Amino acid sequence: MRQMKKEPEKTRVRRLSGKGEMAAFYLMLAPFALLFFLFTVLPVLTSAGLGFFTYDMISMPKWNGAQNFLRMVVGDEVFPKTVTNTLKFAAVTGPVSFFLSFLLAWFINEFKPLGRSALAFLFYAPALAGNAFFVWNVAFSGDSYGYVNSAMLSLGLIDEPVNWFRNVQYNTGILIAVQLWVSLGVAFLANIAGLQNVNPEMYEAGALDGIRTRWHELWYITLPGMKNILLFGAVMQIQATFSIGSVITSLAGYPSVDNSVDTIVSHLSDVGITRYEMGYAAAISVFLFAMMAVTRVAVGKMLDFLGR
Amino acid sequence: MSKYAEYKRYTRSRAGNVAYFAFLFLMGAFSVLPLVYCVCTAFKPLDELLVFPPRFFVHRPTVENFTELPSLLEKLQVPLSRYLFNSVFIAVVTTVLHIFAASMAAYAFSKSKIKGLGIFFLVVQFSLLYNGTTLSIPQYLIFSQLHIINTFWVYILPAIPSSMGAFLMKQYMDSGIPDSLLEAAKIDGAGVFRIYWRIVMPITKPAWMTLLLFAFQGIWQTGPSAGTIFSEELKTLPYVMSSIAAGGTARAGSAMAATVILMIPPILVYFITQSNVMETMSSAGMKD
Repeated sequence: MRQMKKEPEKTRVRRLSGKGEMAAFYLMLAPFALLFFLFTVLPVLTSAGLGFFTYDMISMPKWNGAQNFLRMVVGDEVFPKTVTNTLKFAAVTGPVSFFLSFLLAWFINEFKPLGRSALAFLFYAPALAGNAFFVWNVAFSGDSYGYVNSAMLSLGLIDEPVNWFRNVQYNTGILIAVQLWVSLGVAFLANIAGLQNVNPEMYEAGALDGIRTRWHELWYITLPGMKNILLFGAVMQIQATFSIGSVITSLAGYPSVDNSVDTIVSHLSDVGITRYEMGYAAAISVFLFAMMAVTRVAVGKMLDFLGR
Repeated sequence: MSKYAEYKRYTRSRAGNVAYFAFLFLMGAFSVLPLVYCVCTAFKPLDELLVFPPRFFVHRPTVENFTELPSLLEKLQVPLSRYLFNSVFIAVVTTVLHIFAASMAAYAFSKSKIKGLGIFFLVVQFSLLYNGTTLSIPQYLIFSQLHIINTFWVYILPAIPSSMGAFLMKQYMDSGIPDSLLEAAKIDGAGVFRIYWRIVMPITKPAWMTLLLFAFQGIWQTGPSAGTIFSEELKTLPYVMSSIAAGGTARAGSAMAATVILMIPPILVYFITQSNVMETMSSAGMKD
């Protein structure tokens, strides 16, 4: 670049956005692209391909056509139930935690930095606590040692302890609450960072243009300004809610009573990891991916309406 | 201070204020109580762990659960410090590499005119939606082809290209970095790398600070994928944790104590990164 110094400005700009710049961008992309291909693209393609084979992890995979996919519809009594359950969980926890993660970030944004860090810590605590969701197991324990049971017994609300996670009347509701507790973290912090992504001048311009209420400002300036980060939060939320499973399995067991709270992912890990039916598990993964991809496209379309 | 910070925006009604604080308080309690419970339980003596009716708070706090840990850990084949070193080393190295890989790629995704990058970015984004359960076998095959089974690389390499990071950074750059700023820098003779280091990274600090926390936490809390590490001296703290928890009810207090100790590094990283996010928040207003 040194030699170019004396050239007129126009040529210099054109030179820089030419080959050299392209090469530099390729270099910047290379580490990510290479490792992404190795550790994500290749495994995903292999796994998706396995959906068309039977594979027990011992003998070689055998071609199976669309049998695995057919089995989901006609050969597996549990699978349709897990789809319904997953949709039930996703329909509640997805939107609720998406809105909460924004609302909370927006609410605490008006505090001074110290108060803001402290409040953000409260809301991010579940994610920091690692696998601390097992405390819900203590709270809703089925015997009278459980906090909820013992409190309700002493208040005379119930006569005998309720086995919360084994009771089809209550387990879905309780697990939705637990799942909400687990899932707030990532989108919430992303939104906090994203709120700074809104250009402050936009607020001033908005005030001059006659925006007079907090809600108008939110709708016409803050939300459109954060659209990119909101999409990120939405995708992370879709991923988290459709992949609900491990937390539920560790609280309510697998299979749960009448398969009432079994989800696609808990079924998937039972099929793949416990029963070594990797081909069928891969087919289920492909199906799950399709469900999430459709949701992702729909949510993207909805976010386009922000600020209109 | 900026004009923005000085001019007072709308005020709420009193009822609005009450609703606002009530909501924040309830949500805060709902999310933080389990953490408080963990900390309380870690200080409970054995009889309080089993008392009926169960108590939430600790009455006669003891540090027994913590002092018991070293003797519980004596049975480990390698000293605890080795696991600790492994965890810290892997978490730090992976987090740093991940942030560089993700932000450089995001810069290319967001601002370069390379053909086909739009499609590549969609692949990155949608790859987040593929469930990981069935990926362990193909990944294992790749590890063994690369001859990195039973090395630190098993922890580090797959975590570097995590799609979430590139996605977050790209989204942030799209609206956070005006093209006019980059054009101006180019006219001043700055190259791609210089712009990345001097302009893109400082502006996106809130995003990569947040990412730093996510990455550190993710690596800190998870072990290697199954069957890829078998040497004791290459294992990390989550493994030690699970071997303590395997001790059953009698070890419940110690298991909780260990959980609490393991939480400390992510909490420290949280406060370091968030204070930086907040700092940029106030300095961002000072531009004008």
